[in-house]
Amino acid sequence: MKRTDTSNPDYYHRVVDCQWGCPAHTDVPEYIRLIAQGRFTDAYMVNRESNVFPGILGRVCDRPCEPACRRGRMDEQPVAICRLKRVAADHKDDIQDRLPVVPKKKNGKKIALVGAGCASLTVANDLMPLGYDCTIFEAQAVAGGLMRYNIPAFRLPAEVLQEEINYIVNMGVAVKYNHRVESLKDLLDEGYDAVFVGTGAPRGKELKLPGRYDTENIYIGIDWLESVAFGHIESIGEKVLIIGVGNTAMDCCRTSLRLGARSVKVMARKPREFFKASAWELEDAEEENIEIIVNHSPREFVIENGKLKGMTFEMMEYVIENGGITAEKITGEVFIPCDDVILAIGQENAFPWIERDLGIELNKWEEPTVDKVTFESTRKGVFFGGDSAFGPKNIIWAVEQGHQAAISIHRYCQDESLHERLPPTLNLGSRKMGMHEWSYSNDFDPAARRKMMHVSLQSRFEELGREVELGFDAEQTAKEVERCLNCDIQTVFFDSLCIECDACLDICPTQCLTITENGEREDLLQRLKAPVLEAGQPLFVSDALKQTGRVMVKDENFCIHCGLCAERCPTAAWDMQKSFLQFPQAADYASGSHNGKSPCQQRKAG
Amino acid sequence: MTYIAKPKIDLPGQKRNVLGLLQRDYEGSMSTLCAGCGHDSITAALVQALWELSIAPEKLIKLSGIGCSSKTPAYFVKGAHGFNSVHGRMPSVATGAHAGNRDLICIGVSGDGDSLSIGFGQFGHAIRRNLNMLYLIENNGVYGLTKGQFSASADPGSTAKKGAPNLMQSINPVATAIAMGASFVARSFSGDREQLVELIKAGIAHPGCALLDVISPCVTFNDHEGSTKSYAYTRLHKHQATAADFVPAAGEITAQYAEGEVISVKLHDGSSIVLKKADSDFDPTKRSSALGYLEKHRDLGEIPTGLLFIDEDWPEMHAIYGTAAKPLNAFTFEELNPGREALEKLQREMR
Ligand SMILES: Cc1cc2nc3c(=O)[nH]c(=O)nc-3n(C[C@H](O)[C@H](O)[C@H](O)COP(=O)(O)OP(=O)(O)OC[C@H]3O[C@@H](n4cnc5c(N)ncnc54)[C@H](O)[C@@H]3O)c2cc1C
Ligand SMILES: Cc1ncc(C[n+]2csc(CCOP(=O)(O)OP(=O)(O)O)c2C)c(N)n1
Ligand code: SF4
Ligand code: SF4
Ligand code: SF4
Ligand SMILES: [Mg+2]
Repeated sequence: MKRTDTSNPDYYHRVVDCQWGCPAHTDVPEYIRLIAQGRFTDAYMVNRESNVFPGILGRVCDRPCEPACRRGRMDEQPVAICRLKRVAADHKDDIQDRLPVVPKKKNGKKIALVGAGCASLTVANDLMPLGYDCTIFEAQAVAGGLMRYNIPAFRLPAEVLQEEINYIVNMGVAVKYNHRVESLKDLLDEGYDAVFVGTGAPRGKELKLPGRYDTENIYIGIDWLESVAFGHIESIGEKVLIIGVGNTAMDCCRTSLRLGARSVKVMARKPREFFKASAWELEDAEEENIEIIVNHSPREFVIENGKLKGMTFEMMEYVIENGGITAEKITGEVFIPCDDVILAIGQENAFPWIERDLGIELNKWEEPTVDKVTFESTRKGVFFGGDSAFGPKNIIWAVEQGHQAAISIHRYCQDESLHERLPPTLNLGSRKMGMHEWSYSNDFDPAARRKMMHVSLQSRFEELGREVELGFDAEQTAKEVERCLNCDIQTVFFDSLCIECDACLDICPTQCLTITENGEREDLLQRLKAPVLEAGQPLFVSDALKQTGRVMVKDENFCIHCGLCAERCPTAAWDMQKSFLQFPQAADYASGSHNGKSPCQQRKAG
Repeated sequence: MTYIAKPKIDLPGQKRNVLGLLQRDYEGSMSTLCAGCGHDSITAALVQALWELSIAPEKLIKLSGIGCSSKTPAYFVKGAHGFNSVHGRMPSVATGAHAGNRDLICIGVSGDGDSLSIGFGQFGHAIRRNLNMLYLIENNGVYGLTKGQFSASADPGSTAKKGAPNLMQSINPVATAIAMGASFVARSFSGDREQLVELIKAGIAHPGCALLDVISPCVTFNDHEGSTKSYAYTRLHKHQATAADFVPAAGEITAQYAEGEVISVKLHDGSSIVLKKADSDFDPTKRSSALGYLEKHRDLGEIPTGLLFIDEDWPEMHAIYGTAAKPLNAFTFEELNPGREALEKLQREMR
């Protein structure tokens, strides 16, 4: 094999599994290290830089970083990355003077943003410091979108939400509340330099079965949650059925309990392994004695004298092969009584306010055609991001798309190519100095993941908005931060220094290093000291070594970044270096010349 | 010196030996030697060999003298017996230990200073007695522990770190051992793991004194240009005279060899050593051939490695002395002290 090209930032980025897994590339190990040092405000700012809403995401993020976490491959649970984010948010000091400065003198460009959800807010966050004039049009009386009126307050308290929205709105964003945009044409006619559509995927899917429209007691999940959030609905019947088993269903069933339901059943069509809800949301619901019933396919709403009596379901049996359903069979029918039904089977895009003759292409499901890099629609100057662009996802994706759209809007307003984008950059800095004192803590801690404590089942239902998760205490935090393997402290190899003494190979606790004759990939894999179990992880292969012409091979898969190889190496051929990845944002396009280099170093600390 | 503790991590798919032990169960405490020391590689080879042989830790005794090399026993098989003796006296202590319990597998680790300078006499007598042990010399040409003075194995003309040449002749442990009548003599290099592991296994199986001289660069005091015991010099000049494959008793010789190239030596416990020779004029079962071969390659400036001499049939210490088949420590007090009557009877017989 040829020497692995480690100059491409992707190589070391992939090694930092969590950061690679995060759509916004949050520098997770860096902020965990800062928390370990008690620098909560710094940790918060590292987060805010990429994910904008650390307090919110520290509670409700979909956390794609956690299944990716290297720690999870060591036979254990991943680091509680999301919970630690909340620790930073909960314990930070005032950050007002650390927010980007908004220039007094505007640049003369006006941007309209439709919807005040996380996508639009991110765009405003990125553009305001560059001197843009941003106006957000929001149909509701408050900002936040689904975060505000769909994610229940017992998961995400209103104060936390408001604080982080304020950081953005207070930059001087003009927010027109109670202002539903009814016509994009009219908006375009107002002469904005660019328009960003961040209106989400607002339409809950219907379940058109017999009886659907013969009663008042069947609700669309997201609309129902919204009515609860705004205080329009304050109670529900004793027996409630939730149809669907995604995250919306989890919020609906738990909210029902808080509105007085005694028995709540979540009805799933398929077996558990096909549930869409995140594992932790299921767990939290089941902790509250929610019953989840599998293999029941809805058939009919049963109405007697205009009153909902219950529903009939077909009982299903499936043949499952290789994780997929290959055949299904109906084994019978059952009636389940209830007072109310909440439908939580998905969301769709809907753009009744976008005229079809504006050059904005929408397909038959009303999904707009959006460029995956620039987030521009088929009409120049109109951009989409968040759930409105590619259908319902989650907050962190909406944020990342907001960052990208902000770059495009800036480039568009400056008459520059949208497709020419700055590459991510990588900095490596040696951590040899202070390896045992201050530079980082690299003793492997075998402790198991700390468990989040919850408000007791007795008191949790007293108030609709009582937050269930208590956050980590100091002791839990101290333990959990040490579980992080510091994947950003990279093992960097200097081929010409190696004298092939084998010291690193012998000391490596996971046997992920091998010195052997070079060969083709498949052949090399056979000769490694430990088998490669995760084909997706990079394999590092050095140049021919000086003394024997063999090569150093490292399987990045199982490296725990303990630093023993570097400590054992007599010639510093292995060096532990901190990788510092930069992902350009709109601000990086604004200042000075680029020459393919990102100026964002100036913004970062560390 | 390593400050970071080596974590114990259980990974999917890790292998266990016949005793159900992991390779890491054959490790010892964390090495305090210099980073990159050849001795640590030898430690790793010992760990691998002992694990592969599935030797129960309590069946093993590790002995040493003084020196960086003599610290090695602390770094492998934590659960074994051990004795770190005085400088150059490892063979006496090993003799005593093995006399007391002949069932123990005995590994002595020494240095070139420990065995060829202060302990030269002891070294010779362990060989003469054919003490059943693996006698491993970690040979770096210097006294590492006392900061790099030339040892007795330093080659004439090779230079110290600051440039001073060595003007004395060197003692070659391999040639000396053969000349003194050793029954198993081999040489290896700390940087040649494959060869080293096989030779360690063969040496342990050999019923007698198995001398294994391992070139083991002192990365701190003897790895410079001008050294003849550096990583680079050894790699450039070593010549593998034989490739040894150790085949355990239950194993089967599967490899195919051309005739004349290969000798198979059957050991008493049923295992065998298959030797593949590089040169047809060399017969490692003949003392004269072995010594001649060593001299010839010294002229060529080469360092022959591999199994260089073997005589399976020479009796080991217990056979020579005709001692009891049972280890001494397995006898009862009454057996060991048969009483005044028995003593008097013995004395009468001797009058
Ligand atoms: C019940 C539920 C629970 C969820 N839980 C999580 C979770 O725990 N974690 C997570 O990461 N994600 C979660 N999500 C998904 C997440 O909320 C969305 O992906 C995210 O809010 C999308 O952000 P957005 O900015 O694209 O749109 P939205 O948040 O939908 O915001 C759109 C905004 O546009 C406004 N608007 C719409 N049309 C107009 C118009 N014509 N004129 C003016 N304003 C308009 C709306 O009022 C709204 O304020 C959940 C979703 C639901 C439904
Ligand atoms: C009786 C006695 N004399 C001298 C010493 C000092 N001394 C300690 S180690 C050593 C030499 C060790 O050399 P070697 O056996 O080659 O081991 P290395 O450190 O090179 O591995 C000497 C002379 C001693 N400890 N005891
Ligand atoms: S840091 Fe080095 S010694 Fe530690 S696991 Fe990774 S490669 Fe092995
Ligand atoms: S410890 Fe250093 S010099 Fe020795 S083999 Fe490893 S990288 Fe090479
Ligand atoms: S001084 Fe030499 S022999 Fe001793 S530990 Fe250091 S490198 Fe090894
Ligand atoms: Mg020495």
